Amino acid sequence: MNPIIRFQNVIKRFGALTVLDNFNFEVQRGEKVTLIGPSGSGKSTVLRILMTLEPFQEGLLEIDGISYHEPDGRGPFKASEKHLHTIRSNVGMVFQSFNLFPHMTVLRNVVEAPVAVLKMKREEAESRATELLRMVGLYDKKDHFPSQLSGGQQQRVAIARALAMRPRVLLFDEPTSALDPQLVGEVLGVIRDLAREHDLTMLLVTHEMRFAREVSDRVCFFDKGRIVEQGEPERFFSNPQQPRTREFLSSILGEQESQRESIGCAQ
Amino acid sequence: MMYGYAWDTSTPLTFALSILPILGHGLLVTLQAAAVGYVIALVLGLVLALLRRSRIKAISWTVACFTEFVRDTPLLVQLFFLYYVLPDFGIILPAFMTGALALGLQYSAYTSEVYRGGINAVSRGQWEAATALNMTRLQTYRDVVIPQMIPRIVPALGNYLVSMLKETPVLSVVTVLDMLGLANMIGERTFEYLVPLSMVGLIFLPMTLICSALIYAVERALPKSGIPLR
Amino acid sequence: MTWMQYLAPLLKGAQVTVMISLASIFFGVILAFAAGIARTSSNRFVSGLAFVYIVLFRGTPLLVQLFWFYYALPLVGVSFDPITTGIMTLALLTGAFGAEVVRGALLAVPPAQLEAARALNFSKTYTLWHIAMPQAIIEMMPPFGNLAIQNLKDTALVSLISIADLTFQAQSLRNITLNSARVYTLTLLGYFLIALCLMFAVRFIEMKLRRGPAFPRSAHS
Repeated sequence: MNPIIRFQNVIKRFGALTVLDNFNFEVQRGEKVTLIGPSGSGKSTVLRILMTLEPFQEGLLEIDGISYHEPDGRGPFKASEKHLHTIRSNVGMVFQSFNLFPHMTVLRNVVEAPVAVLKMKREEAESRATELLRMVGLYDKKDHFPSQLSGGQQQRVAIARALAMRPRVLLFDEPTSALDPQLVGEVLGVIRDLAREHDLTMLLVTHEMRFAREVSDRVCFFDKGRIVEQGEPERFFSNPQQPRTREFLSSILGEQESQRESIGCAQ
Repeated sequence: MMYGYAWDTSTPLTFALSILPILGHGLLVTLQAAAVGYVIALVLGLVLALLRRSRIKAISWTVACFTEFVRDTPLLVQLFFLYYVLPDFGIILPAFMTGALALGLQYSAYTSEVYRGGINAVSRGQWEAATALNMTRLQTYRDVVIPQMIPRIVPALGNYLVSMLKETPVLSVVTVLDMLGLANMIGERTFEYLVPLSMVGLIFLPMTLICSALIYAVERALPKSGIPLR
Repeated sequence: MTWMQYLAPLLKGAQVTVMISLASIFFGVILAFAAGIARTSSNRFVSGLAFVYIVLFRGTPLLVQLFWFYYALPLVGVSFDPITTGIMTLALLTGAFGAEVVRGALLAVPPAQLEAARALNFSKTYTLWHIAMPQAIIEMMPPFGNLAIQNLKDTALVSLISIADLTFQAQSLRNITLNSARVYTLTLLGYFLIALCLMFAVRFIEMKLRRGPAFPRSAHS
């Protein structure tokens, strides 16, 4: 089967800094991949490039066989807005800081894009939104504004909002990093349920290792713009091969254990 | 006698009261000129602000220079320019329209700065969320950016309305019959300037105060996070 | 007429414009400080007087003020020559707007500073001039810069009380040559250049203030 996502020798620079260096990466349809690594290692950049929030300088990127460059484009990332618009219809993203529209109700947040972009009728969009909000457990808040919701509730709405566009690939950029510890569980619960969808390809950047282990088909460790090691979660976490991987895992897992002890929450 | 009203110069008080209806006509002209000018300033300012964000350097740079130039030069000279130069190009407007146009032009340079600040104040995350949802730029502006921008720009835009009201007397220089123009005409005929000019000032004072109060009320009525959409 | 022949009268007018602008800014700043400080005073009368002055001059149009001082006041026996009237009116206007800037900047000085001064038993006057003001002055510079440009633009109105400033010269030049486009374009450019100079001057002063210590060492007498 052709991979749904393929990075081929992609180079991404921010000014003088090279963040992704000859980056190669493939994701299969329906696969759930977790990207872990220290900050600045490039994992969020991978998501942002997929979501067309960042261009890349060299290399090739395809989603479901369609290149991010225009068919006859060459050289640096060059694509018309129209082409990117087509590509984006396959991808959705959940942000670390939720980015809900503060002036819209919860329902309107979820309904906005389907109506404006997919040209859905308002009633149809609302019934779909109702379904999604029930799924994330927030239907009773549908007429509230984001400022009236907790962080965990806002993030769950953000997930419903992204799902409303029926993306084939859903990206999660540190979805729980901005949440108070006691709110993390409710969001992870929703993501866990989603991971049961066979057709949905998910890329997850997170520091929640136990969750990654539970939910992923594959875990990738990033360092300095390259994938140092990847593999199935069981083997990856119990027997990391590379020294850098071992170093990173021990430091972050140790931290998370002591954090959980101090707030006494079970996950 | 003016507009059918005769004045009585026997005492300052009777004089003041007798010219009140005349100045009332001028007040109407003042308000109309400010209204037209303000609408022009709001619309043109938005156009300038959006053009300034263009990715084509030539456009954004030209608009920036033009805006700065209009901001730093006197309204009076711009008014003279429009009043005397436009007819040379075949554009003949009534004096009132030329005046309103001059007001609108000068203030559009101010309002464009307000719009720019307002747009920049909407966080990047909002833009990224809209992109992630595959909304077009137009849809993003319409449904995400502008509703959030409005509460932030109301105070500054309101202040400029009050300022514009106070600059309308300049239009009397090109024969627009606003309050000051009428007061001067009364003064010329009666050789009595003290009462008419003081009256004009005394009418402006509560007018600007009321206007400021109304703007403050609008400010308070708008939710800080933006115009609510359900 | 050649461009050079346009320039001569316009330059003369520009000189007058600059002179009036600088003079009225100078006096305006003094008034701004006086009224701004008066507004923060605990003395009801002083604060009230400043309040009335500020509201009066901020709430009425400049042109009305100019005409009032030039045409109306003489009728009760108080008359000044045009230039004095122009400078005085502009100074009063700039002072009224400047007073709000001064007041705002003084109020923005962290209260902790004033408490420390109290604790050290400094007098109110000393606190104002040696503690609050040096910190407030830097905050005042950007808005004062805007007021200076506004003042420059306002000077154009003095041409209407027959002062031979840049706008006045432009008007008479237009009447002679009937070439409105050229005359007014040059005039606008002239104001723009003066405005740029003003902006540089204000930024220069602001830079100097930032480089120096926030507390200028005061010589104890």
